[in-house]
Amino acid sequence: MHVHFLDPYRPRPSLIHALDPRVKLALALAFILAVALTPIAAWPVYVLLAALLLSVVLLSELGVGHVLKRSALALPFVLAAIPILVTAPGATLWEATLAGLSLRLTDAGLARFGSIVLKSWLSVQMAIVLAASTTFPQLLLAMRALRVPRLLVAIFGLMWRYLFVLVDEALRLLRARAARSAAPTRPIAGARPGGSVAWRARVAGGMAGNLLIRSFDRGERIYAAMAARGYDGEIRAFPMPPIPAGQRLALIGGLVLLALLVGLGHLL
Amino acid sequence: MHYSPAPLHIPDGFLSVVVAVILWIVSLAGLGYALKRVNQDLGERQAPLMGVLAAAIFAGQMLNFTVAGGTSGHLLGAALATILLGPWAAIVVMVCVVSVQALIFQDGGLLALGANIFNMAIVGVAVSYFAYQTIRKFAGNQRWGLLVGGFAAAWLSVVVAALATALELAVSGTSPANVAVPAMGLIHMLIGVGEGLITIGALLFVRAARPELLGRSAASGRAGRAVWAIGLVIALVLAVLSPLASAHPDGLEWFAEQQGFIDRAQSPLYDLIPDYAFPGISDPALATIVAGVLGTLLVFMVALGIAVNRRRRSTSTPG
Amino acid sequence: MDTGPFVQIEHLSFSYGNGHQALRDVSLHIHRGEKVALVGPNGAGKSTLMLHLNGILRPTTGVVRIGGLPVEEKTLGRVRAWVGLVFQDPDDQLFSPTVFDDVAFGPIYQGLPEREVRARVAAALAHVHMAEYAPRVSHHLSVGEKKRIAIATVLAMEPELLALDEPTAGLDPRARRGLITLLCSLPQTMLISTHDLRMVAELLPRTVVMDGGRIVADRPTAEVLADAAFLEAHGLEL
Repeated sequence: MHVHFLDPYRPRPSLIHALDPRVKLALALAFILAVALTPIAAWPVYVLLAALLLSVVLLSELGVGHVLKRSALALPFVLAAIPILVTAPGATLWEATLAGLSLRLTDAGLARFGSIVLKSWLSVQMAIVLAASTTFPQLLLAMRALRVPRLLVAIFGLMWRYLFVLVDEALRLLRARAARSAAPTRPIAGARPGGSVAWRARVAGGMAGNLLIRSFDRGERIYAAMAARGYDGEIRAFPMPPIPAGQRLALIGGLVLLALLVGLGHLL
Repeated sequence: MHYSPAPLHIPDGFLSVVVAVILWIVSLAGLGYALKRVNQDLGERQAPLMGVLAAAIFAGQMLNFTVAGGTSGHLLGAALATILLGPWAAIVVMVCVVSVQALIFQDGGLLALGANIFNMAIVGVAVSYFAYQTIRKFAGNQRWGLLVGGFAAAWLSVVVAALATALELAVSGTSPANVAVPAMGLIHMLIGVGEGLITIGALLFVRAARPELLGRSAASGRAGRAVWAIGLVIALVLAVLSPLASAHPDGLEWFAEQQGFIDRAQSPLYDLIPDYAFPGISDPALATIVAGVLGTLLVFMVALGIAVNRRRRSTSTPG
Repeated sequence: MDTGPFVQIEHLSFSYGNGHQALRDVSLHIHRGEKVALVGPNGAGKSTLMLHLNGILRPTTGVVRIGGLPVEEKTLGRVRAWVGLVFQDPDDQLFSPTVFDDVAFGPIYQGLPEREVRARVAAALAHVHMAEYAPRVSHHLSVGEKKRIAIATVLAMEPELLALDEPTAGLDPRARRGLITLLCSLPQTMLISTHDLRMVAELLPRTVVMDGGRIVADRPTAEVLADAAFLEAHGLEL
């Protein structure tokens, strides 16, 4: 059990993995910002951004399928944008009456819906590549470089470390519950196996409460372990190593390219 | 069991840049103040306690329970965190939870993270604090106060966060208010019941095992009253704004247009250079085709480069 | 350098905030180079006593001196560098994202320059035979590996005294054997709290027995282990 199912990091001998985490985080955020700044229905720019993304996915050697599969996570939210198809004012493309409701699909609605879905999909894939090609300790370093307060970075680091410990604890609690929740061998009149929904919710809540109490105690023990090694409340770390010149160039080149694409989008 | 995304986490692409940036600024200000307050309360213990408790809320979100027909509910935790830790620590903990969900699991976008923090960590906590403290005041130290207060805080935090999400989508021009607000509101009135029950379960366990932990939640002094008031105001504003917005979606539409100069199909530049689509190309369809060819070329070259590189790697390392 | 006992505990009593009195009039001297076992049933006060050695807990009454210095606010820095405390659950001891960060934590807080810190980390990890684990994530390690790295986290601070809480608990026989071999190789003064009396017999010439917050025996290990009636009276078993 050496790769935890929660850890999205996938080691590969790729250029993207080798990129300095500070450069990688900055470029990934810039890409997502560029996608957001590109106007609705600037299709040529979307195509170029998609090509850029696909190149990065290929370079990362994570596998196009892996990235696509994970990107389905953001799909359910598309529901929220569906009404825009028929409410945005514009030229009618198609009309239908559904249960007495007259629905009018408009060109502007379609363009807006398509753009939102595409933007969302491009952004989430870049975020997936970032998480899958960068270890969390590297991300912490990148956060420091982006001026996230040290205390917050330290809290993130501790959270990451104990996430796995506590998720494993949560799994043990769930397993213990599963081991005790057998269905009755013969149906009992009037009784539902597993209790009511309210009861099940309260059992789950009890487990969450249990987890929190144990975490209070663990927090105290960790504090003791930190204090025993000299921790005094101030967060200290090594100074950050400089970013190599080549990577600096890659960062600037990437930012310029993205700015050009956004500019192009506004010219269309 | 696996990591299941919650419907409140807005992905990137759904919010306009202006809305996203404004909510980032509000969230950062809230977080900065909360960090300072927690530091005053906990001192050196802040980092380890906040880190572990954030991990615990995260893990607690994985404890799902079956509702019906293959669907399952699980904890979001803003109310539970507020009741057990007080508003400041709860904000810090929820910010960490929401951020790690976005950064590691892509549950919620990175540009949209400011908005998600605002909805779940700031609004969720403030409203929980308001509801819980109000009911506890009436109930004193009785059991029903804990149960009713816990349930109300949890239910309200989910519903109000959902309404805030819907309004943000409407202002961004992504979802019309007269659809988004009632839809998000109704769904989360149901989800909120699950949140309420699960929060009660957690509070009852804590009360039985470690009752002293329930005493800490009230924030002291003026700042505590300020959180209470902010919670009240947020709850009231959203309660008034939501029906209003769904009755008059045009109002928000107007809002969206006012700030929509960034993500509107026609930018002001369009009027200046009307026939200039792609450098040297005037037809938008043609421009898209050119972009497609360029993009394909780029991807092809990258793929070629990788193939060559792989071959070199495999020949240089025999076996 | 003072020539008195390195650890000097005089009439130490301690009560927790909830009123539970965990230590009652405990006096204990440990000289440099001694290897001492601390045994007794759960709740006897062993862990509470260990936490007093570097000021995580402070006496309600009585005095704790380390290397001649009373443990108090202004000596904490020096005392914590001298006393390497290894907690029972390595998941509490290893709180950093990577093994390297964890081993470097103590030296960084000692104020050492980066080069010296890196050298200390390398030496400490080599000492526990985990040199190649520096970039690893602690969560993915076995209990035995975590225990070794937990020891490295304090070795990197170059302590005079190692205070270990249940070092062999939860280990399989092979990992336990490896850990005992490792402890044998360490020259530091040692105080080991444990239920593992076979390890005590093998490793630690002196045994202190605690029960109910008091020290009930402080004798050569061979004598303590030979007294079956005494062991049974204090819930111990060879």
